Parts: sequence; structure tokens; C-alpha cells
Amino acid sequence: MNPGFYVTPEQLVRDRAEFARKGIARGRSIVAMEYRKGILMLAENPGGALHKISEVYDRIAFAGVGRYNEFETLRKAGIRQADVMGYLYSRDDVTALGLATAFSQTLGVIFSHETKPFEVELLICELGRDGHPNHMLQISYDGTLVDERGVLAIGGKADLLGGALRERFTEDLELDAAIRLGMEVFAETENRPLDGWEAAVLEEGSARRCFRRLADAELESLSAQLSP
Amino acid sequence: MTSPADWGLPLGAPAPGASFSDLLESLGLSPRWDVPDSPVRDLGAPEATTVLASRYRDGVVIGGDRQATEGHLIAHRRMRKVYPSDRMSAVAVAGTAGLALEMVRLFCVELEHYEKIEGAMLSLEGKANFLSRLVRSQLPLAFQGLAVVPLFAGYDPGTEHGRVYTFDVVGGRYEEHDYGAAGSGAVQARAYLRTAWEAGMTEADAVEKVMAALVAAADVDVATGGPDLRRGILPNLVVIDADGVREVSEEYLEEVARSSLGGNR
Repeated sequence: MNPGFYVTPEQLVRDRAEFARKGIARGRSIVAMEYRKGILMLAENPGGALHKISEVYDRIAFAGVGRYNEFETLRKAGIRQADVMGYLYSRDDVTALGLATAFSQTLGVIFSHETKPFEVELLICELGRDGHPNHMLQISYDGTLVDERGVLAIGGKADLLGGALRERFTEDLELDAAIRLGMEVFAETENRPLDGWEAAVLEEGSARRCFRRLADAELESLSAQLSP
Repeated sequence: MTSPADWGLPLGAPAPGASFSDLLESLGLSPRWDVPDSPVRDLGAPEATTVLASRYRDGVVIGGDRQATEGHLIAHRRMRKVYPSDRMSAVAVAGTAGLALEMVRLFCVELEHYEKIEGAMLSLEGKANFLSRLVRSQLPLAFQGLAVVPLFAGYDPGTEHGRVYTFDVVGGRYEEHDYGAAGSGAVQARAYLRTAWEAGMTEADAVEKVMAALVAAADVDVATGGPDLRRGILPNLVVIDADGVREVSEEYLEEVARSSLGGNR
């Protein structure tokens, strides 16, 4: 073996992590926060045709940043896993934690075994049932799993956004107020004109499926109210 | 030892990729019943009886009685045969109850799975065609006397009216212009609706007539259970219009049932 080709595991992991982080930093971030009636997920999304936030199960939503094709593959795999589990057993047996560990496992294996790691960061939210707490889980490109309360941000500017949001976040916000807070924090952090929003909520209602996308018109009118 | 790629979630899917039943099939998990070649003896599996649906001005009403029979016996008095399959459609079933309920469960997951994967609902026609495929896959069982016949109704946002689909035991799918029914009391229910049905009915009219048709069916067909006010058992009725699916409330159903029974209580 030619010793010139030897790369230490530390170096290998560092290189891969740097590669993944660079890829993720190119995309736009997503924030999630709890409000009075559920969980809000908000993203800057200029196009609007390609969704970053979507429904996975009755009380579970998914959001992804980074490379679209990669998080889209993971999103579909998650939906398949959830629907098969719910069909084989019961709808109550599908949990955010189960899904998040499956994503974490998958990303972990890809990070260390594939030619290149996935340049994505994922967010799984679950609306708690009957007064049980909500779950907000973040899964990084290397499979690291973090469980948060209150607010959570993913993406290149996650630290800045999360920090700013945490400072101003209060519990039991109304939905409008939560959206406005999210938009303000985005505007301050990004320091450039923002165009186009995507938002969805997990909200307790009469229906079994709690996921609801917010209409563009609603978001635009809220965004227009922000001070320039 | 499997390869590292198999340790995590399977990232591939069977083509075209949005079908839940194809996914189950590829995993070897699809519902399967192996039956002997020779005609089976009467298994005594419960049978679900009468279901029907009727179009009206703004949409469609679909309903069914609550009784399941086992030969000459009543197996279940409170069985549910009408299920909202998504926000814009509902399915009702007649025939071998156990198989029918499994079909409904698979059908509902299929519609939701497609919607989540593709980010858009299947067209109403697409849903009906898929249901027809599920019925067809049961054909070997139908030959053994274990038939399932569904009834499908939904609101079509494209044409802006309600649509009713009936099926036959081999999976034939027929769109009905006015109303449709399936199960042992279907003949009587249809006979009632033949004279009662009017184009441009209101929702209240349609609910009343579907209830009356069920009462008429229960009056003649012993396997059909009409409204049972003494036990508080009422048929299930679901209304679908531009706003989506909703169940008709118990209180209102009881009122309608009372007036339908009026003459022949």
C-alpha cells in the first residue's frame, strides 16, 4: 500500500463535515416554533413550487434544507416508513422519535460509507397528543440528533436565527404573532431583501391530519406589515 | 452481512413510486389470502349489507346501514360501512365484512400516501380506478363466495359536482348519473330512489331520501338493519360537497330517521 494515500479518520470526518456544511450553507434556513395551538414552520422560499416543508403523518411534519434532491429522497423514505408502520400496526404507533432515529441512522451511514455525505439538515416536528409535550427534532448531515423545545432553526444560518429567535420568543403566541416574529428574525439575520415565504403548521383541530399549509396571500399580507 | 447501504431507511421505491399497495407488495407485506381450489364450505364470515349513494345539487350523499349478518344471524349491529377516504371522497362497502374493511383501510392509506408523496391529491377518477384494481385483486376470493363490492362517491373540483361510482365483483367500474347502491338490500333501495330521486335536490332532500331508501330496504330485506331507535342505532350518512367530507350529525339523523319511519314503524 502506498502510504501517501493514507488519510486519518479524523481528517476524513473533518473533510466530509466541511463539505456538507458548505453545501448546507448555500441554501436558506428554516425556523420552527411552538405557538398557542401547535407548531409553526417557516422558511424563505422564493419559488414556492418546490416545498421544503411537508406532511409525514397525522401529527408529524418534515422540513429539509440543503440539496433538494437529497432531502426529497429522505422525505419520501420517511413517508413510506410511517405509512407502512401505521398500516401494519396502528396509527398511534408512528412517532417522531422513531422516524428521526431512522433518518439519523440513514444519514450516519451515508456520512461514513458513501462517496459523499448528504448536504442536508432535517427537522421533524410532532404535535403532542392530549397535553403531552410537542417534539422538535433536528437531524444533521452526519446523523446527529438534537431534541429542542420552544424554537429550533436549521440551515446555514441556524445558530444566528435560533439565537435571535430564542431571545424574543415567548410561549403561547398567537399564530399571526409567531409568523411575524419569524419573519422579523429572518429579516434581521439575513440583512437583505427577502422574497417569498413558505409556512405550514401542525395544529389541533377536528381532523385526524393536523398538517396545514398556510396560503401565500396570508403570508404576503403579514410580510407586508413588517416595518421595512 | 448486509452492505452499509442497507442499514438505514430504504431510499428507493418500486416504480412509479407513489403507490402504497405497490410498496407493500415489494416488501412482501400486501394482504394475502390463500384459499383452497375446491369451493369452500360456508365459512360463516359476516356479511355487510346495504350501502347507497345519491347525487344532489351541490354534491353527493353516501350512506349505509349498520348491520352485518352471519347466515340467518345478526353478527354485528353497529358495524360501520361508510368511511371518508380523504377530504373529498368516501367509500362504502358491502360483502364479506372482514375483507371489505381491510380493502377500505388499504384504500384510505393509498390515497393519503399518494397525496403526501406527490404533494397533490389523485383525481376522483384516479381514485375510482384504483379502487377497481383492489376489487379485481380479490377475484379469486369472489369465486369462493367471499365477494366484496364497494361504492365510491366524491366531489370532483374539476367539474364542480358530486360523482357516484358503483363496482361489480370483477372490478368493473361504472359511473352513475344519479344514484347507486350495493349489497343485499340494493334492489329495494334502488327501487325507492328510482321514483324519489329528482335532479337538483337540496342536501336536506338527499339526506332524507337516502334515509328513506335504507328504511325501504330494511323493510323488505331481512339482512338490512334499518334505524333502530330503541337501541339508538342509526345508519351512517356522509355528505361530500365543495367544502369536503362531513358526517351527518347523530341528532339530525335521528330526526330524519323518525320521520322516515313515520309510516311504517
